[in-house]
Amino acid sequence: MGNVTATPQTIALPTDSAGREMLVSVRGLKKHFPITSGIVFQRQVGAVKAVDGVDFDVYKGETLGLVGESGCGKSTTGRAVLQLYRPTAGSVVFEGNELTTMNNAGLRAARRRMQIIFQDPFASLNPRMTVGNIVNEPLVVHNIMNKKQRKEYVAQLLERVGLNPYYINRYPHEFSGGQRQRVGIARALALNPSFIVADEPISALDVSIQAQVVNLLEDLQEELGLTYLFIAHDLSMVRHICDRVAVMYLGKIVEIGPTDRVYDNPLHPYTQSLLSAVPVPDPEVEENRRRIILSGDVPSPANPPSGCNFRTRCPVAFDLCSDEPSPPLIEIEPGHFAACHRVT
Amino acid sequence: MGVLLEVKNLVTRFYTQEGTVYAVNGVSYELQEGETLGVVGESGSGKSVHALSMMGLIPQPPGKIESGEVIFQGRDLLKLSREQMRLVRGAEVAMIFQDPMTSLNPVLTIGTQLTEGLKLHMGMTQTQANRRAIELLEMVGISDASRRLRDYPHQFSGGMRQRVMIAIGLSCNPKLLIADEPTTALDVTIQAQILELVRQLRDELGMAMIWITHDLGVVAGVADTIQVMYAGRVVERGPINAVMKDPRNAYTLGLLNSLPRMDEKGRGERLHQIVGSPPDMRVKPVGDPFWPRNPYHTEKCKQETPELEQVADSVPGHMSAAWYDLKKDRESQQLQGEG
Ligand SMILES: Nc1ncnc2c1ncn2[C@@H]1O[C@H](COP(=O)(O)OP(=O)(O)OP(=O)(O)O)[C@@H](O)[C@H]1O
Ligand SMILES: Nc1ncnc2c1ncn2[C@@H]1O[C@H](COP(=O)(O)OP(=O)(O)OP(=O)(O)O)[C@@H](O)[C@H]1O
Ligand code: SF4
Ligand SMILES: [Mg+2]
Ligand SMILES: [Mg+2]
Repeated sequence: MGNVTATPQTIALPTDSAGREMLVSVRGLKKHFPITSGIVFQRQVGAVKAVDGVDFDVYKGETLGLVGESGCGKSTTGRAVLQLYRPTAGSVVFEGNELTTMNNAGLRAARRRMQIIFQDPFASLNPRMTVGNIVNEPLVVHNIMNKKQRKEYVAQLLERVGLNPYYINRYPHEFSGGQRQRVGIARALALNPSFIVADEPISALDVSIQAQVVNLLEDLQEELGLTYLFIAHDLSMVRHICDRVAVMYLGKIVEIGPTDRVYDNPLHPYTQSLLSAVPVPDPEVEENRRRIILSGDVPSPANPPSGCNFRTRCPVAFDLCSDEPSPPLIEIEPGHFAACHRVT
Repeated sequence: MGVLLEVKNLVTRFYTQEGTVYAVNGVSYELQEGETLGVVGESGSGKSVHALSMMGLIPQPPGKIESGEVIFQGRDLLKLSREQMRLVRGAEVAMIFQDPMTSLNPVLTIGTQLTEGLKLHMGMTQTQANRRAIELLEMVGISDASRRLRDYPHQFSGGMRQRVMIAIGLSCNPKLLIADEPTTALDVTIQAQILELVRQLRDELGMAMIWITHDLGVVAGVADTIQVMYAGRVVERGPINAVMKDPRNAYTLGLLNSLPRMDEKGRGERLHQIVGSPPDMRVKPVGDPFWPRNPYHTEKCKQETPELEQVADSVPGHMSAAWYDLKKDRESQQLQGEG
């Protein structure tokens, strides 16, 4: 990006059995939020099992999609990976280093290399700071470059995300939603990260603006070799942007694999119904589609069903599903895993 | 089948401290009995304001209906008194909004809210109304209905609240159901439940619907006719197949092209994007408001506003407001690309 770089860095990454470089490795990750009761003396009466034991890797340069319904634990997973929430249990290895046991100084350094883009471009930018200062702030915090270099670099960053550097002294409210999201992206890029968690980065944008932001994210990935964890509920966009996709239900990953395999050959009953429910902007296709309509609502993560936690809504549940413990993720075809007693 | 609703040249503005908002700028259309109309367009294009204006629900001030007629079963709704309008709303026309929490009263039980309308509009006794309320809740798939009548809205999930809203909406057998983004806040599996339910009920009850959404996929699955709005105007309308397979307005085309599809292989292809930003509704529109973002615009687009007109070489009822000939322009573009 231009002639100024924040942090040139090359790191030898661990590889998996297929020789792919693992930028992030997550194992047994749990995040439980305590439920407390009592007015004077708070005591814990239970826990919201927002993330309840997830395993996945993110390979260097790829986009891994994380999908599932509201409240299934996508954002919590993203935050727990970045240690914005300290996990209840499990391990997160980033660029070869274990993050969960790292002290604050170590984390501060690691955070330069991993960033987050939020859903709401309105709430996530400080309304009292100019966009120039918003993008500049991480550079100041990490004491990178002198003032003059920073100014030049911020202008370059704004230009890179498609904003006229001329607007550097304007405030967020003077921008449209799509432009604000570009400011958020510029800020995330400032420290030259290798890994970005994009938490519903386009959900709050107009349809006609979503494609602009997605194209920008894809261009930046190609140019800067970025790796994304792309959290979304728009399954059509996920198919477009992701190399692999992980499907979550009630705090667990129920299926993970190459995007086209998961969409063309969904293995888990939840993935099957989820995909069948996505409307397609084509009246002929809609007319002839077979939809699997799930009955009932998502159970509370404070009190998930025993056994397979999907069994209360699963159209093909049988006795094993409640008698046996939660089914593990099993590799059904190369790189394509599902957690279901029916798929083994 | 006859005409149920006729909207003629509806114009609604808001006079705010930051200036005039030109929210709806001359909307006209007809809705047949039993027809489902999908209204799409991006945020701020006037979809909600157009529906709220028809139903007498615009806050005045700052809002003002500058002109127009809304003929529903022979009467101009815009000329009715507040009291007459209130009777039309719960009974002949029902509305469901995006956020059921704001339209359900949090301090009244679901039962009270369901039976209120039945007593007022249908003249039922409390016992009759209770019995009907249970039937309605069962119809929208809420189990254990008689017990749940005593529950308050917060005791229901988002999807169930939306189903309760539908039950309330349908309770007086309306001729027309207006749904404003009723599934936008819901998960896709819950949205699929609701859409399935609505399709079924519509076919059983034979009511007409106006379904407002920004999701072209939802419209494709539910509507007979689609109407695309941009900057407070209808820019294209017609039978759903014609408009979605053969769009003639550059905005419709841009919108359809920018959508990735769940049923098509993804990575690698770049999305088509519409350049620029949505229009500022505080600026009085001049010419075709889409022209700065339209690669097919002509000089005339900058000066004169095109009217919605039948597309000469398409099916009857397929209308577009455009000075350019999108089909011809695209064909010659393709020829150039090949040549
Ligand atoms: N800080 C918190 N304290 C307590 N519970 C929380 C907290 N954050 C999230 N939760 C709960 O954890 C569960 C998972 O929430 P999370 O935000 O991760 O879901 P999500 O998949 O991102 O949903 P959405 O699609 O709505 O963003 C939910 O039940 C939520 O209410
Ligand atoms: N009470 C109000 N006061 C001032 N302006 C308003 C008011 N209500 C709506 N508007 C403006 O009128 C225009 C049309 O708004 P409308 O709500 O109809 O858009 P919409 O198409 O329904 O958008 P969305 O998809 O976001 O719901 C917008 O510019 C909006 O800001
Ligand atoms: S394990 Fe049983 S309940 Fe769970 S998804 Fe498979 S079949 Fe359904
Ligand atoms: Mg979230
Ligand atoms: Mg609206």
